[in-house]
Amino acid sequence: MSNVAGAPGADAATPAEPVAERGRSEILHFAGRNPKLLIGAGVVLTLLLTGLIGPLFVDHGPNEYIGPKNQPPSGEYWLGTTSFGQDIWAQFVYGLRSTFMIGALGGGIAFLLGTTIGFLAGYKGGIVDEILNLITNVVLVLPTLVVLIVAVSYLQVEGLLVQGLFIGLTSWPWAARAVRSQALTLANRDYVDLARLSGRRTWRIITSEIAPNMSSYLMMSFILLFGGAILIAAGLDFIGLGPAGGVSLGLMLESSMQWSALQLGLWWWFIPPGAGITAIVGSMYILNVGLDEVFNPKLREL
Amino acid sequence: MLELSHVHKVYRVGAFGAGTMRAVRDVSLVVRPGEVVSLIGESGSGKSTLGKMVLGLTKPTQGTITFEGNDVTRLRGFGAKKEYYRHVQGVFQDPFSSFNPIFKADRVFEMIRTSYFPAISDAAWRAKVLDVVGTVRLDPDNVLNKYPHQLSGGQLQRLLIARALLLDIRLLVADEIISMLDASTRIDVLNLLADLKERGLGILFVTHDLSLGNYVSDRSVILRKGAIAEMGPTRRVFENPLHPYSRHLLSCVPQLHRTWAEVDAELAANPPEDVELPTVAEGDDSAPLVEAEEGHFVGIDQR
Repeated sequence: MSNVAGAPGADAATPAEPVAERGRSEILHFAGRNPKLLIGAGVVLTLLLTGLIGPLFVDHGPNEYIGPKNQPPSGEYWLGTTSFGQDIWAQFVYGLRSTFMIGALGGGIAFLLGTTIGFLAGYKGGIVDEILNLITNVVLVLPTLVVLIVAVSYLQVEGLLVQGLFIGLTSWPWAARAVRSQALTLANRDYVDLARLSGRRTWRIITSEIAPNMSSYLMMSFILLFGGAILIAAGLDFIGLGPAGGVSLGLMLESSMQWSALQLGLWWWFIPPGAGITAIVGSMYILNVGLDEVFNPKLREL
Repeated sequence: MLELSHVHKVYRVGAFGAGTMRAVRDVSLVVRPGEVVSLIGESGSGKSTLGKMVLGLTKPTQGTITFEGNDVTRLRGFGAKKEYYRHVQGVFQDPFSSFNPIFKADRVFEMIRTSYFPAISDAAWRAKVLDVVGTVRLDPDNVLNKYPHQLSGGQLQRLLIARALLLDIRLLVADEIISMLDASTRIDVLNLLADLKERGLGILFVTHDLSLGNYVSDRSVILRKGAIAEMGPTRRVFENPLHPYSRHLLSCVPQLHRTWAEVDAELAANPPEDVELPTVAEGDDSAPLVEAEEGHFVGIDQR
């Protein structure tokens, strides 16, 4: 960069657009060379596609008793069968689907709540901040898993939606705190004051002045909440509080434990769901680190 | 036009807001149309806080700020504030942080358009923008459609003034707008302020630079620890400082043709006449002023 585009007195005809494009293509440039990002995104997308497309090629329900019992993986039953003769491949692809659903639902609700509360607290300050911060801290120290167990077992609604809602309502606090601290520093910038002097409403200022300046941060919060929701859902499913009659990777683990798959050596029953959960959440975290390196110039390996 | 009456600002500091910090103490002053009033003070003297309160960005703890008869501190609701900003605008100290770095610089004009002129046609708006950009003596081809980092501090600062001129403003709060500029752009911006004054705008000029205050303003207010130390017509304040703090401040201005020792010796040789400063009882938060000569006020001496 020897010529500084648009420096005072520089050639007036120099168009300004290339800078924006340069910024975007620079991100793409680093994204394409970041192995963490590529591997993480690759694994997550592969599993997502498996969950989306896989069930279309399975012509029976995941919990139907269709085949011989205790069969190891074979050409007919790719991942073998359970001790009741259920097709584990069918359970796996349907389970992936609901796992992604719960991640999007629980993570999405938590993200919306957390960012809304964080932005309001950080931007408004004063008494609003104190009240919202108090609520955040109370929810933060709640023993979330216990509350979830109590809520899910007493309220006899065990659908995927309800589970996602519960997870969303309990896992937002750290996101709210993180967003609040970022918003606190951004809210004191002069351009925010200038937007107020331009007759902008609070909400417009938050969405069009503050949020765009922390978009990468928000994206990473969402990824972490997404992965967290999947883990919590797996935990709930595993202790038998999953959606009744449904199928998920956590429920598969639960029934394999319940019917002593480990002792009977039916490794094909519990390894696919366990590996699936680990792969999704693990690669999301790797994806997150990769994104961090792409967005944050200080972390880039040049 | 703008009148501040016994304005206080107290911040709560420390754990659980136990301690208090009085940033502004009992300040009363007036800005008339076509008049430049300098608020001069060192860092932490409360001058920027005063500017922010006039702009409605923070609320005074006590006291009233009236603009053309309306109490600014009691503006309720979004609509009232928006109307207020149609007539009162501010320009801040740091031109680089006044622009959102991820958007183009002339977005500040677009914000004014969407908020205040939603119905105007593209052509009419373009003409209006070119007009104000010309007023601040910028070349539109050089500054429009650029990102903030492509422009110099002086250009950005003048864009901000142009932005304020898009509205029908009557009062401009200029918070240290020259401090970040180099000497050659400084004079352009100062002359621009003089032009605006000719148009009948009232300007509240916040600065820590005595010579700038002297150059541009009709009246000067010297602040110390949040209270007014001295207030009066600029010439009288600078030629005949009455408050010990203002004397000290003025003797600190470097002079090309004299050394510090010479200045000190001269001050010691003919000590200025002392003025009876007003005093307040311990624990009293007010800061009364005494009129030493016509229009020239002296305030309390705070240790």
